[in-house]
Amino acid sequence: MTTLWEKNPILRVSHLTMRFGGLVAIDNLSFDTGRNDITALIGPNGAGKTTVFNCLTGFYKPTEGMIQLTHDDGSEFLLERLDDHVIARRARVARTFQNIRLFGGMTVLENLMVAQHNPLVHASRFAIAGLFGLSGYRTAEREAVELAKHWLEKIDLVDRADDPAADLPYGAQRRLEIARSMCMKPLLLCLDEPAAGLNPRESDQLNQLLLDIRDEEKIAILLIEHDMSVVMEISDHIAVLDYGIKISDGTPEFIRADPHVIAAYLGVEDEEVA
Amino acid sequence: MEYFVQQLINGLTLGAIYGLIAIGYTMVYGIIGMINFAHGDIFMVSAFIALIMFVALLSIGLTFVPLALVIVLLVTMAFTAVWGWTLERVAYRPLRESFRLAPLITAIGMSIVLQNFVQIAQGARVKPLQPLITGGFEVMEHDGFVVNLSYMQILIIALTVALMWVFTLIINRTSLGRSQRACEQDRVMAALSGVNVDRTISLTFVMGASLAAVAGVMYLLYYGVIDFYIGFIAGIKAFTAAVLGGIGSLPGAMLGGMIIGLIEVFWSAYFTIEYKDVAAFSMLALVLIFLPSGLLGRPEVEKV
Amino acid sequence: MAQPATSISARLPEALKDAGIAAFISLALFVFIVGIRTLDDPGVLLLEPRPWLLAGAVGSVFIGRLILNLFFWSGTEAEDALTSALAPVGRAFGRISPWLTPALVAFAVLLPFMPFTDRYILDVSIMVMTYIMLGWGLNVVVGLAGLLDLGYVAFYAVGAYSYALIATHFGLSFWVSLPLAGLLAGLWGIILGFPVLRLRGDYLAIVTLAFGEMIRIVLINWYSLTNGPDGISRIPRPTFFGLELTRRGDPSFHEFFGIPYSPLNRIIYLFYIILALALLTNFVTSRLRRLPLGRAWEALREDEIACRSLGINTRNTKLTAFAIGAMFGGFAGSFFATRQGFISPESFTFIESAIILAIVVLGGMGSQIGVVIAAIVMIGGFELFRELEQYRMLMFGLAMVIIMIWRPRGLITSREPSVYLKEKKAVSGDLVQEGKG
Repeated sequence: MTTLWEKNPILRVSHLTMRFGGLVAIDNLSFDTGRNDITALIGPNGAGKTTVFNCLTGFYKPTEGMIQLTHDDGSEFLLERLDDHVIARRARVARTFQNIRLFGGMTVLENLMVAQHNPLVHASRFAIAGLFGLSGYRTAEREAVELAKHWLEKIDLVDRADDPAADLPYGAQRRLEIARSMCMKPLLLCLDEPAAGLNPRESDQLNQLLLDIRDEEKIAILLIEHDMSVVMEISDHIAVLDYGIKISDGTPEFIRADPHVIAAYLGVEDEEVA
Repeated sequence: MEYFVQQLINGLTLGAIYGLIAIGYTMVYGIIGMINFAHGDIFMVSAFIALIMFVALLSIGLTFVPLALVIVLLVTMAFTAVWGWTLERVAYRPLRESFRLAPLITAIGMSIVLQNFVQIAQGARVKPLQPLITGGFEVMEHDGFVVNLSYMQILIIALTVALMWVFTLIINRTSLGRSQRACEQDRVMAALSGVNVDRTISLTFVMGASLAAVAGVMYLLYYGVIDFYIGFIAGIKAFTAAVLGGIGSLPGAMLGGMIIGLIEVFWSAYFTIEYKDVAAFSMLALVLIFLPSGLLGRPEVEKV
Repeated sequence: MAQPATSISARLPEALKDAGIAAFISLALFVFIVGIRTLDDPGVLLLEPRPWLLAGAVGSVFIGRLILNLFFWSGTEAEDALTSALAPVGRAFGRISPWLTPALVAFAVLLPFMPFTDRYILDVSIMVMTYIMLGWGLNVVVGLAGLLDLGYVAFYAVGAYSYALIATHFGLSFWVSLPLAGLLAGLWGIILGFPVLRLRGDYLAIVTLAFGEMIRIVLINWYSLTNGPDGISRIPRPTFFGLELTRRGDPSFHEFFGIPYSPLNRIIYLFYIILALALLTNFVTSRLRRLPLGRAWEALREDEIACRSLGINTRNTKLTAFAIGAMFGGFAGSFFATRQGFISPESFTFIESAIILAIVVLGGMGSQIGVVIAAIVMIGGFELFRELEQYRMLMFGLAMVIIMIWRPRGLITSREPSVYLKEKKAVSGDLVQEGKG
């Protein structure tokens, strides 16, 4: 079954270009991300995938191009114009990082609480009400802990809620980072190589988690991944990047058969593939 | 106009001294990423060593100034280098792979130690040295206002340029320079490739300290008075110079030193002398806000 | 002590060689600075050789190094026996710390009425309390938010001068001027922090240091406002609900309560004021740490980029830490002004910033009780050397270096989580990230 992601995309990237001095990391890239799809961004190392993420989430300001995010209610955000924290808070885009960025010295639960910073700060009336322990804030905090607990159950880490995040094994840290992003209640979740370093069993669990997120939370997931078993199994839509240029875009079946993709991955001439 | 030229000369001279100190900051920051807070006090110690050497030489009857100057320079550089080496060995090396704030605290601690050590050993009073290098050229004269370029100023600027040249050669051409650049890039990788990291860092401190020693000798000769406190303010200004020029860049440190020297002198000449330090420090804040990688530094792309 | 790897006699040649090298290096270090003293004779400088002093200095380095080599650094391991011996003490400390806080507060409250308490002990206690308060204030900035501030004394100065000017010019009482001075200091925190808080750690450190110096230079030179280096004197003392604590006060405290006049009354009153201010600082900062704002500070210290990806406005979050830290610095400054009755720019040098920062870092970043211990050790220790006026700053600097090398993360390294699901477990200091912002 093919989803027509062009029809009503949550994210539309048009003519995105990012240069660092003389180096062109992304060159005139356009792609769409379907609402409630899992979209994969793949490509060889150095293809510019993480740079795309950094442009989407405001860590880099793109040299050219437009990144348009449309919420279900029709409100539009031009991400290339917004600051990183505004993108996270108002446009509701969450992300994870290739080299996990947890708050290692804080507990697992604290990590999930920091992700709910903005609603909690609001509930604490910018710390004033919180300082005096008013009930409005206490309710909000209880709810935040409940949400955190919900996601801890999802990723099977309830028992380790009060342990420092840095003490978790690698696979659990990856899951925790996804749970932390989900505690922001995002509409678009960007995952940078979530399966990197996972063993086959953990990788399967991750697939299930991502499918659950898509189906239960009804949000869009954009992921960068090298592990083709993950990509082919769960993606609804794949865009392939090589040297900053999009070389293919389509369903997993289409990508699997595309000679350009095979050439880019195996480094062989087009004719030989044909 | 004449007044302006005179201030320009004075500013460049002062800037050369700041630049020499700044190189020590920039090299250490480049290689181990820490502010060697006690570097200004190493400069102060060197000025005291130079003072004692000068008085000693004069008292044994060595009055031929060029010879005395060469001896004092070499001895001061050598002995100050030992101070630089010891500083790194005692206060920084044990904390190299530690918490980032820890070496900064030991650096501040060492700064306090050095200041008070010299104060106890040599007294708190200002120490004068009789002028040794006097005279100069009249560059121009107009309406009775004479623009002077003293021999002392020529010496300071010439020596600074020569040392800059030598040190740039060391960094660019020798294996020590290569090791330093390797450590700057990636200390672990450098160690794996056979660079003796400990030795390289020690030598960086030694080089920084001996340049500070040259600055100390020049400062002593130029101003004729020193005390145990000169290192603090000179240190901050030299650090400002290093940041202004772009931390890690040798020519940048020198350029930054010149700019700071000029700002200070011109501010004193045309505005208020009391606020000359405020001018220099404001410059630091402005540069960091608008040009965080400095004039000649490489811009940093944030790694996400 | 760790078991020596080899016997002492076997290690002797090696140790002698090492001590010899150390002595030789120290000879090079000391030959000019210690070995020859410059004497000021009017007009010319004379030199006085001091060979015996030099020999003594070099000799003590040799002996000290030899002893360290033979008895403390066992073999090649060079493990500091002191560290391993004191590690359990640190752990035991972690266990008693819940009881320690109430005990310390009770002790502080009762201190003025202890039989051994005299004027001197009260004065020292007031000073220690002031530094504890400053330490707690700076702890928000450095310990929690991980922002390295080397110019904290600027806010202490702003608080002191604001109080002095408000109180002397407008005749407002201590209890009105104090919050005003604190707010002014906080405002200065925002003004100074706004442009520079996005700088990286070390750059922020040096800019804050520069700001500290700039404020001091302005205080020295803005004669019409601050009276320059002469300072401001006759700063009003705090009153007790309008009652003055002086002999001829009108109305005076001792007459109102019908007790004999004692100059100690005023000191005791000051002690309670600073105790209350310090406890307020502690209450507010510990409370904030458990709120989203405080949690964001700590998250910021751990990883700023992750914070931004979670929608936290890092600039505003840093600014709140800076402003709150500055405000408490301002309160402490007001107290300092009213206690001294006289302030001048000399009281607000960089060394003050360094001392406060040292208290925070030595205590253990972010630890409230660590600040108390470090303040007592450093300021109290400092007082012990009062007789040796000249040497005490030297000892202070040496102590900073030695304690830091011995415990780079400070005395109290564990961190208490701000929220928990089932049980509260302390987080080991080794996992807590350094400040990157």
